[in-house]
Amino acid sequence: MSIDTAPTASATALDPTSGAATRRDILRRLLMTLGPILVALVIAGCILLAVGVDPLAYYGYVLEKGLFSPLGIQQTLTRMAPLLFLAAGLIVAFRAGMWNLGGDGQFLLGAVTAAASAPVLVQVMPGWLALICSFLIAMVVAMIWSLVPALLRAYQGVNEIITTLMMTFLGTSLANVLVKLVFRDPGTTVPQTRTLPVDERLPRLFDTTITSGLLLGLAAIIIVHLVMTRTAFGLKLRIVGANPRAAVHAGLGVPGLTIAVFAISAGLAGLAGAVDIIGVQGNVRADWNPAYGLAVIPAVFLARMNGFAAIGFVFLLSVLSIGGESAARRLGVPNHFTLVLVSIVLIVLALAEYVDHRYNQSRKA
Amino acid sequence: MSSLSSSPAGKRDIVALEGVTKRFPGIVANDGIDLSIRPGEVHVLLGENGAGKSTLIGMLSGLLQPDEGRILVDGKPTPITSPRHALALGIGTVFQHMMLVPTLTVAENLLLGGPWWQRPRTEELAARVAEITRSLGITVKLHAKVSELSLGEQQQVEILRAMVRNSRLLILDESTSMLTPKGIEELGALMRRLAEKGLAIVFITHKLKEAAAFGDRISVLKLGRKVGEIPPERFRALGEQEIISEIVELMFGKRKDDPEAAQRPTRTIRADAAPLLQVADLSVAPTDNAPGLSSISFDIRPGEILGIAGIDGNGQKQLAEALAGQRAATRGSVRLEGTAIEAASVGERRKQGLRYLTDDRLGEGTVGTFPVSINFFLKQVGAAPFWRGGVEQRAEIDRRAAELVREYDVRTPSLKTPVARLSGGNIQKVLLARELAEGAKVVIFNKPTYGLDLANTLASRQRIRDTAARGLAVLLISTDLEELLSMCDRIAVIANGALVGTVGNTDDARTKVGRLMIGLAA
Repeated sequence: MSIDTAPTASATALDPTSGAATRRDILRRLLMTLGPILVALVIAGCILLAVGVDPLAYYGYVLEKGLFSPLGIQQTLTRMAPLLFLAAGLIVAFRAGMWNLGGDGQFLLGAVTAAASAPVLVQVMPGWLALICSFLIAMVVAMIWSLVPALLRAYQGVNEIITTLMMTFLGTSLANVLVKLVFRDPGTTVPQTRTLPVDERLPRLFDTTITSGLLLGLAAIIIVHLVMTRTAFGLKLRIVGANPRAAVHAGLGVPGLTIAVFAISAGLAGLAGAVDIIGVQGNVRADWNPAYGLAVIPAVFLARMNGFAAIGFVFLLSVLSIGGESAARRLGVPNHFTLVLVSIVLIVLALAEYVDHRYNQSRKA
Repeated sequence: MSSLSSSPAGKRDIVALEGVTKRFPGIVANDGIDLSIRPGEVHVLLGENGAGKSTLIGMLSGLLQPDEGRILVDGKPTPITSPRHALALGIGTVFQHMMLVPTLTVAENLLLGGPWWQRPRTEELAARVAEITRSLGITVKLHAKVSELSLGEQQQVEILRAMVRNSRLLILDESTSMLTPKGIEELGALMRRLAEKGLAIVFITHKLKEAAAFGDRISVLKLGRKVGEIPPERFRALGEQEIISEIVELMFGKRKDDPEAAQRPTRTIRADAAPLLQVADLSVAPTDNAPGLSSISFDIRPGEILGIAGIDGNGQKQLAEALAGQRAATRGSVRLEGTAIEAASVGERRKQGLRYLTDDRLGEGTVGTFPVSINFFLKQVGAAPFWRGGVEQRAEIDRRAAELVREYDVRTPSLKTPVARLSGGNIQKVLLARELAEGAKVVIFNKPTYGLDLANTLASRQRIRDTAARGLAVLLISTDLEELLSMCDRIAVIANGALVGTVGNTDDARTKVGRLMIGLAA
């Protein structure tokens, strides 16, 4: 899967002068993305058949629960809020060529600190201010957590894939320790943080159960997309990502930008944790780890780091995970089959990309 | 230089190249090369880095395919399609970097590449190795791990591997670069014995002494072209010193087809003008793969072109990078118009008017996947009027980019074309436009015409002359002596990271610079 082409593609797509060529390009991209997804659905269907489950029934349940039932679609949209923040963080990092795979640790630490601070803060200040403060605390904590990989990468050139993954294990454990030892609610027997009362949480949209965190998530990812494609700062990050040596040659402060990328990426992951807690969960139970951070990575790849496309894929992922949970229960398929489905999609997409590349090469020759 | 003209009967070419050309995006790596490789001969390919030696080897060993021309094996045109095919044809290559598995034993390494369904034939191998090593007078420890061997021994294993596979042609790519002087001598003796056994050997080097000491026939490559050949008859007739001086003539001498043959600059520089760039005692620590700089000092006045001559890899790039601020200096001062800039960052130096036109156009000069328009402003990201309040002003960028495209005659399908799709000459024009646009005072050109075709070479040289004529100070780093002689006011020679001498560009400059380059006093 070619990452380098993403900035160019978006740069061409934004140009008004060659409308026809651009439309053809977009059409080709749509075909190259949706075609493999259909193929992947067929392959996954074959696997379901092999384990004795009717694939049509499975997909039907997924769509029914995740998309078409009123309650299901509301759950789907609510689930999108943290995923959008995580996707926004990954877009910044991936476009700058830095593989922040520590999203889960940053997410959980953000979630735990938000869960610990919000119930306390709402008692001493107006609700809206308390929530803003909790968001900021979660963001800052996640940023600090990313400092170790950031500094190592910026000044020692240590591969951030390894360090962020290592930090994510430490982060998940630390989050647990904090829940069990420091922020534990003395009023309950199960180890969990104090619960934020429902009417203090983020307001719900209209008369539904959809959290307004969804709007925050949408705003975050659109802002990130615009910053990456339209601003000098975004261009600098993309230069670092596309050709680090050119960045040095052009006089960009690569170490500083590296640290900024990690801080933004982790900060958004921390906000994702906060939005899930303050908007939906209300508290953090010990050993809670939804592993959204890793689940979002394929969606961001499929979207080729494009913010708008990422919204679509995050929606798809939400439908799959909400619908998949229900379908799995009803048909006796393991819950993780959703992951199998996503990974088949990725493999088929990579193959399609390879075939397309070979085809282009042979046409040129 | 037809390969067939001087072919004595009975000694036919094992492999011959006819008019072989290989292009990469942006450069012509090999340009119409003829070469004949015969049994019993050590054929030395001599040339600087970037002369096209590695590309040539790539084509002989099946890694690359020529764009034009053909390769004849035993007189028949044969495309060498893969390294496996090359081996089957009897062409064995010992690459510059060792290609053995360090954790396996010598025997295991020699057995690699056999059919996977067969049990390794260890006894057969031992017998064969014993036979080969006896005839060559070398000893190889078959059961030692490769990681325990010295580099010289590893090389012998690689040669042995080629022999075990019945190679008739052995290619040694920069094989002496990692050896001790004694190792080099042993390798030379081994090559002689291999040649006596009737093998053809292609020995690639950029060291003149080795070429003269080990070769039977020498072909000199320069900027992708074969500029000359010394056949065995002449080789034997000449003494070592004469051979070296002939090679120097070939490598650095006057090119007959150069339409610009040393038209001396006619600029007049005011001798009393204060220097624009003053460099004193500049030193850079050496790294694992690059030489350092020791105590470099020079001045350049407004309107003056100072040339840096020297064999590639003697610290030219380090000098350019240290001046531009991309490489940390350990000592020394750099003054631009009298202001010390040695502590300034890359961006600050650029703001003060120091411009560095890199020789690595795609590697660091541009972001290949970005459009041409953005690449014009890579060094100005965030600056008005192209960005306002940090937000990209697309219309302004496109307007100015279109202007630069016209002014510098960049041939591009559109402003949005990824810059890597342009030819080398046009990428160079993008860089020239970027560096020479407003505010430049001192410009460092590193190999500005490297890999360009004639028209673009002439255009780039004219740009450089115009730059100096505008009153800027120019540092011109080049490995093309002709280029320096045709443009510079003074020429300094760099060797091993130090300036070994500076000469004015007068009538005898060619000889003086040539002597300095091979380590003699001017």
